[in-house]
Amino acid sequence: MRTCLVVDDSSVIRKVARRILEGLDFQIMEAEDGEKALEVCKRGMPDAVLLDWNMPVMDGYEFLGNLRRMPGGDQPKVVFCTTENDVAHIARALHAGANEYIMKPFDRDIVTAKFQEVGLI
Amino acid sequence: MTPLDYEYLRKLLKERSGLDLSADKQYLVESRLVPLARRWNLAGIPELVQRMKNGVEALTTEVVEAMTTNETFFFRDKIPFDHLKEAVLPALAQARASRRSLRIWCAASSTGQEPYSIAMCLKEASALFAGWRIEIVATDLSRAVLEKARAGLFSQFEVQRGLPIHLLVKYFTQQGELWQLNAEIRGMVQHRQLNLLQDISHLGTFDVIFCRNVLIYFDQDTKAGIFAKLVRMLEPDGVLALGAAESVVGITNVFKPYPDRRGLYQPNTTPVARAGAALHLLKAVASAAR
Repeated sequence: MRTCLVVDDSSVIRKVARRILEGLDFQIMEAEDGEKALEVCKRGMPDAVLLDWNMPVMDGYEFLGNLRRMPGGDQPKVVFCTTENDVAHIARALHAGANEYIMKPFDRDIVTAKFQEVGLI
Repeated sequence: MTPLDYEYLRKLLKERSGLDLSADKQYLVESRLVPLARRWNLAGIPELVQRMKNGVEALTTEVVEAMTTNETFFFRDKIPFDHLKEAVLPALAQARASRRSLRIWCAASSTGQEPYSIAMCLKEASALFAGWRIEIVATDLSRAVLEKARAGLFSQFEVQRGLPIHLLVKYFTQQGELWQLNAEIRGMVQHRQLNLLQDISHLGTFDVIFCRNVLIYFDQDTKAGIFAKLVRMLEPDGVLALGAAESVVGITNVFKPYPDRRGLYQPNTTPVARAGAALHLLKAVASAAR
């Protein structure tokens, strides 16, 4: 079973994402900020990361930079999932190594399409 | 809605659009037509049916359009577009190298996501087709969806259902809550109103036909008749793409599967298949004339 790390400071979003992704046969891990997410990745790289942008302690953009510099950190497919829905943010995320980008609000169809797009389904 | 009203609507929809409603789809008719009746200031479906029987053609057109399903999204099912990029376009680039032109038809184009997905595929493969004359013809029964398609304006939800993010950044500009497809991609697609049940031969011949997720709503004879029309409008080495839940198996032998590319078909040029196609076409012409 593939693994997905859901990184979001909102427990509601984590719960919604977990439900959708478990329905797509992913085993889910959760983190509420970028720093905790990096700890999870040090213990074992997930296959995918669903990543919020604005979070306390360490935001998603900084997490992504750190992840891509870690040994094996180029492996996980990273899908941003954020309220930052302008072209400038999207371009920054892609430049930093994001594979896909979801603009909140999202639904099951969108998550499925994006995970399909990056070859996770 | 009375059983008689339902039967009237079933018959009319079958004749006008090919939509084959089973006897248990009253809920679907009600969910689509009650809001339409309200817009026309009618009390309900019986009054709406009465107005249609009185010959209010504009209302009948709106009823047919409201009942035809328009769900679509960019790069729907992904695989047919992968086939297009990986196999079909490279093969046609070679086969049409002397002619340097390509015609693609999207036969149930709805609000434009499918023909625009094809246009983006071609734009991404522009190195293969520099200086070529490329035509993408998008047709649909509904004028309302064609109008939306021409505008090329999509909601945040619509651009996220299947459209890779790098293509969103590359080909769209943000306009408030909406995303506008750029003029170059929009200009690659011609939108036309067309009923697949009527004579469609005036569109000419194509190298690729996308006819996806429309035949599922038709009965077997109607499907066979449409396949017979499509095969005559496809070049002998052309390609037909059907929807994920659609197939020619058990309906017609005028098409055969494209090798190793699920969902794609090629004309079957054997004499038996051609004779079968001619027969289905005669039936379709006779049915349209009735």
